[in-house]
Amino acid sequence: MLGYLARRLLYVIPTLLAISVVVFLIINLPPGDFATSLVAYRRQQGIAVGPEEVEQIRAAYGLDEPIYVQYWYWISDLLFRFDLGVSFEFNRPVADMISERLPATLLLAAAALLFTWFFAFPIGIYAAVRQYSIGDYLATTIGFLGLATPNFLLALILMYLAYRWFEYVPAGICSPDWCDASWNLGKLLDALGHLWLPVVVLGTAGMAGLIRILRANLLDELRKPYVVAARARGVPERRLLVKYPLRVAMNPFISTVGWVLPGLFAGDIIVGQLLGLPTIGPLLLGALRQQDMYLAGSLIMVISVLTVIGTLISDLLLAWTDPRVRLGHGGSS
Amino acid sequence: MTVQTTDPLPGGGGPAEPGDAAADGTADDGPGRPARNGARRASASQARLVWWSFRRHKLAMAGAVVTVFFLLVVIFAEFLAPFSTSKLDSDYTYAPPQVPKFSFSEGLYVEGYAWEQDEDLRIHYTPDPEQKISLEFFVRGEEYELFGLIPMDRHLLGPSDPDAMVYLLGSDRVGRDQLSRLIHATRISLSVGLVGVVLAFALGVVLGGISGYFGGRTDTVIQRFIEFVMAVPTLPLWLGMTAAIPVEIGPVRRYFLISLILSLLAWTTLAREVRGRFLMLRQEDFVTSAWLDGASRKGVMFRHMLPSFTSHLIAALTLSIPGVILAETALSWLGLGMRPPVVSLGVLMNDATSVRVIDQAPWLLLPGLVVVVVVLALNFVGDGLRDAADPYRT
Repeated sequence: MLGYLARRLLYVIPTLLAISVVVFLIINLPPGDFATSLVAYRRQQGIAVGPEEVEQIRAAYGLDEPIYVQYWYWISDLLFRFDLGVSFEFNRPVADMISERLPATLLLAAAALLFTWFFAFPIGIYAAVRQYSIGDYLATTIGFLGLATPNFLLALILMYLAYRWFEYVPAGICSPDWCDASWNLGKLLDALGHLWLPVVVLGTAGMAGLIRILRANLLDELRKPYVVAARARGVPERRLLVKYPLRVAMNPFISTVGWVLPGLFAGDIIVGQLLGLPTIGPLLLGALRQQDMYLAGSLIMVISVLTVIGTLISDLLLAWTDPRVRLGHGGSS
Repeated sequence: MTVQTTDPLPGGGGPAEPGDAAADGTADDGPGRPARNGARRASASQARLVWWSFRRHKLAMAGAVVTVFFLLVVIFAEFLAPFSTSKLDSDYTYAPPQVPKFSFSEGLYVEGYAWEQDEDLRIHYTPDPEQKISLEFFVRGEEYELFGLIPMDRHLLGPSDPDAMVYLLGSDRVGRDQLSRLIHATRISLSVGLVGVVLAFALGVVLGGISGYFGGRTDTVIQRFIEFVMAVPTLPLWLGMTAAIPVEIGPVRRYFLISLILSLLAWTTLAREVRGRFLMLRQEDFVTSAWLDGASRKGVMFRHMLPSFTSHLIAALTLSIPGVILAETALSWLGLGMRPPVVSLGVLMNDATSVRVIDQAPWLLLPGLVVVVVVLALNFVGDGLRDAADPYRT
């Protein structure tokens, strides 16, 4: 187990470094840099900007250095001083902006993940155990619909329904009346009234896939001879299901945590933008549009680190629960 | 979707000798019948066997019909759409859909609008039975070039008066016809999916093939690389890449760049599929014999191994188109994919981003419905193909 842990940890470091290089390159792909967009913005405001002033801005932000030097500045600050740089646009440390928004993002992601599991688990089991029943067809249909519906469409439809039936638009995380209030029961209820929508939208996206995988895996397991043998020995159906096949079929729940996280972040960009949530997604979108490279790069880095750590944790959990993975006899990892 | 197991095959499977069943004469031996004539089945080509097996899959057949319908829309978009994407009448903003009616005196017609403004400056339209705008099939309208070659001005259905506007599916914010825009957007979004998947296919087959055929260290390196690509949160990265495309680049190049970026999403799964198949086939006797026959490495891979799993590849390809379409829609919706004046389904959805607008013009959600239907249909077809891909399996 320790050897496995060490191997996995060793993989993480080069992965993150490679991601950081890719991220930095992509951020620098657009023609022009932040100085050009800043100048364009100022000209739009009617402020004249001369060429020497542009050079000053470049020098001030270190944009006149070669790209690998800029990368070195960024990554060395990040590694040695945990300094994520300064957002050009907001003129604030990126770390502060992220720490403002990270708790809400993580809370949302966790809630969405729990929502996904809470529904996918029983539905998947039911669909497998009662194969070809009405419930199975219903679950399959819902699963397909979930797969086919874009996040933003689902969010729009739910918003519209909430508006029609309950006469309020669940945008943001709090209503105007409650936003400035300190935390109490009323504010909590108000927040719940707003958060259900992003949780449902984000959760549904991952749920469809999980139901399909669980159903397929469980069906495979239920056909295996050991199930027949156990049944022949008179093990009660329920115990038979829970004790063996379910434990094996559960693997995707654990192993997909790592894959679900990027999906949740991707969904957060869309849903957060639509609903105006104070999460990381909309911030990233704005930063990319403005070519605010340190902000965008650091945000993608943070998301990547969280994703890689999530994958690592899920791999370790999998190794812990499934000896086949730990001992390297194949199995899904 | 589950496999409907086919009836047992005569002999041990494998392509049977043709000829002996030619004079058999059992016409129309439909796939629904459990007892199919063995000789006829044994003489059928693989494509025919796949087709028989596919036909049993009802959802997949339904999906195929829908897919063919949308392909026709893609091909004949200009002809099917009553107008171009930019024709507008600014008097009718957010006008509701008009229902075509028929009377023997008037022929096919729609009723015009009567409108009034409420205190919120919101315009309410009601059908006005007094105004009748007559419709015609194969009517002369705006000129276009079919396939970019044949100059034409006929449209499937449109107003008899070429200057009139008809809103069969309602109008948008500036009074453009939603139906026409929807048809043209479907063409862009679906073809981006196809082009993107073709690019992904090239990348996936080459890298997956190398990985699966050579194995060993090459395989490890490529697999690590694929795992790396899959571990990266993709949407932020595409956003970064599409944000990097200059705005002034022109619609055609933008279209191909977006397809290229989207193909980066699909190739990893395809490469894995190809690799898995190559690994499986490497053990087969026919590969060894081709090898011993002195066929070159490239020849063995692409002449002998690849054709034996083309059907699996087609299934995998079909299943990866929906992902690309969904991604394009999301990107365009965020304003980083296609940009107006090019319309894609995502660009159209961009018009409907607030509850107020949806409340006033729910038909602006139709592009989303088209996405759902197309994605569902392609998924069903892909599932059916995957189940039918190996007709020799018992």
